[in-house]
Amino acid sequence: MEPLLDVQALTMSFGGLRALDGVSLRVQPGEVVALIGPNGAGKTTFFNCITGIYRPSGGDIFVTPPGRKRRRLNGLKTHQVTAQGLARTFQNIRLFPGMTVLENVMIGRHCRTRAGVLGAILRDPQTRREEREIVERSYAILEKIGLADQVNELAKNLPYGDQRRLEIARAMATEPFLLLLDEPAAGMNPRETDALEALIRRICDEEGIAVLLIEHDMRIVMSISNRIYVLDYGKKIASGTAAEIWENPVVIKAYLGEETED
Amino acid sequence: MTQIRQSLVIALWFMFLTFPILVIRVNTIENIIEWRWLNMLYIGAGSFLGSFAWRYFLARKGQGTRKIAAPGGTAAAATAPPETGPDGNDLSASARSAGKSRTFPSIPEVEAVSAPADLGGVLTPAPAYADKPWLHRLLDSPRLYRPFLIALAVAALVFPFLPFASTYQINILTNALLYVMLGLGLNIVVGLAGLLHLGYVAFYAVGAYSYALLYYHFGIGFWTALPLGALLAALFGILLGFPVLRLRGDYLAIVTLGFAEITRLVLENWNEFSFGPSGIAGIPRPGLFGWEMDLHAATIYIYFLMIVLCLLTIFVVNRLQNSRIGRAWVALREDETACEAMGVNPTAAKLTAFALGSTWAGLAGVVFAAKTTFVNPASFTFLESAMILSIVVLGGMGSIVGVIIGAFILILMPEYLRAFSEYRMLLFGLIMVVMMIFRPQGIVSGVRRSYEFHRETGEKR
Repeated sequence: MEPLLDVQALTMSFGGLRALDGVSLRVQPGEVVALIGPNGAGKTTFFNCITGIYRPSGGDIFVTPPGRKRRRLNGLKTHQVTAQGLARTFQNIRLFPGMTVLENVMIGRHCRTRAGVLGAILRDPQTRREEREIVERSYAILEKIGLADQVNELAKNLPYGDQRRLEIARAMATEPFLLLLDEPAAGMNPRETDALEALIRRICDEEGIAVLLIEHDMRIVMSISNRIYVLDYGKKIASGTAAEIWENPVVIKAYLGEETED
Repeated sequence: MTQIRQSLVIALWFMFLTFPILVIRVNTIENIIEWRWLNMLYIGAGSFLGSFAWRYFLARKGQGTRKIAAPGGTAAAATAPPETGPDGNDLSASARSAGKSRTFPSIPEVEAVSAPADLGGVLTPAPAYADKPWLHRLLDSPRLYRPFLIALAVAALVFPFLPFASTYQINILTNALLYVMLGLGLNIVVGLAGLLHLGYVAFYAVGAYSYALLYYHFGIGFWTALPLGALLAALFGILLGFPVLRLRGDYLAIVTLGFAEITRLVLENWNEFSFGPSGIAGIPRPGLFGWEMDLHAATIYIYFLMIVLCLLTIFVVNRLQNSRIGRAWVALREDETACEAMGVNPTAAKLTAFALGSTWAGLAGVVFAAKTTFVNPASFTFLESAMILSIVVLGGMGSIVGVIIGAFILILMPEYLRAFSEYRMLLFGLIMVVMMIFRPQGIVSGVRRSYEFHRETGEKR
């Protein structure tokens, strides 16, 4: 089967610094793939390259949306990448704080809807239908995520864990085939982390959305991922299943440092 | 006791500060200096008492008490208690006495209260409403605001025919309506899309000059010029939009300001094109099927025309605000990076905001040219831009009702306070400072629309 996301030898340099150095990565349909590595390893840079926030200095990014042709993503703008079907969340939450929960999700529908200025002013039947569809689908997503009770709450008033989940809901509203989650469990307590894990599983199994996640919480990484990639200093140092990574000496070295004599 | 001493210091300080403008008056004709010591006494007593009120209100604000009547507006504040609460007293004193270092209370974020969708009519009792300012409560329930609206409409219709409504009175009201339109237009750019635009007056000028020049060269009438002026302004908006797409915040403000100045200077210096500072005179007032009107009738006619145009503006801006485009603007204001990552094309969103915002300035410009029958570059200085921006900020960014109230306060107040015309700018500054401290989100803060869901069907109300 063709991989949903096929990144080949991605390189990103900032001046003299190589933040990413020939990283290749694949995500197959229905997979949860984790990207781990010590702080500053280049994980978020990797996300930013894929989603068009940075322009990679080398390498290729291909996507194959289900039922469509393979396509190269290099050079596309961020919103075009989203329209292709890749949606992301941010490491430090970036919601629209002054908008309601529902509106936050409704923004996600923007790239799947058409209504223009004229439609907005005239509010013709088609625009009304589209608007109703936006509201209904956004609400349905919030129900799935479990935020339906707070639709009219301002996003900034939500508790931390809910804000993280709202970010996922907003990303899902763009109808992605691949969800990129940047440290979704950061700052969550163990109970919230468990709920998040179940949520990611559900997104993957029920919605058929593949997930690529950056995470530091090893517990969630080990239990949820089909495969794991490990980055260190911008280089891929290992990849494989959770069990393989767990025992890989290179990974242990990167995380814990080298064993000294004795 | 310490409070009295502080107030005394404040009073002295204010007397000293205002001494040059309020006490000394140089009579240049007879070469004598008038000393108006009484004014000094007023200021002293006023600021002595004022400082108590100031401290009292700051303390109340600190406690998170909700209803504070800000002198600028009649609205009540419902801001979250700022961190600087308990030491509010010291703060006001130190801010006033200016000898010590100043620390202003951290300005709370612009708050937007989500309104419960209660459009059906039955008021949900207390809790949901209790913590909201009365103005929002009023705006939320049609039962309360509908009679008010009807009364307002009747008053607006009857006004020009009342005995005391002179041509002057109608004129200043028309002027206020003009600024309502400008404020609502700028509100799209600044309030909704969050793009700090300091050159809005340029598009006002484009509208005014397009009517003036189109009439001068081609004899085009008001009704044809109205859409043409709007269109031209929109085009200029897009033209300005392209180079400033990448700029944010302060930089955007500087470039837009520069753009406005360029426009004004071109109009001032390109004599062959715009007849320079002497402007273009003899622009006809709008016609009504060839009906000849005297000055008073024409004034009334323009007044009604402005009401219709304002209603149109309110209608369109309201619809835009609650549309897919409007949401994209607000999202752009809140977080541009996240907005783009969610599939909104920021280029398109910004350009539409600039174009649609400028359209209203163009319309207002055409009406302005027709109303005054004369245009010259002096009407389109930076001060005008600042005025329109003040209307939006004072009224409440992103709020239609707020902008309307703001326009009426800022345009009518100087007219009716002609007695204090010398101190107009002083009052203006005072109101701004008071507003920023007590109610930084404006008189009426933008309200996010809310939805109600019935069982599984996500039916919208």
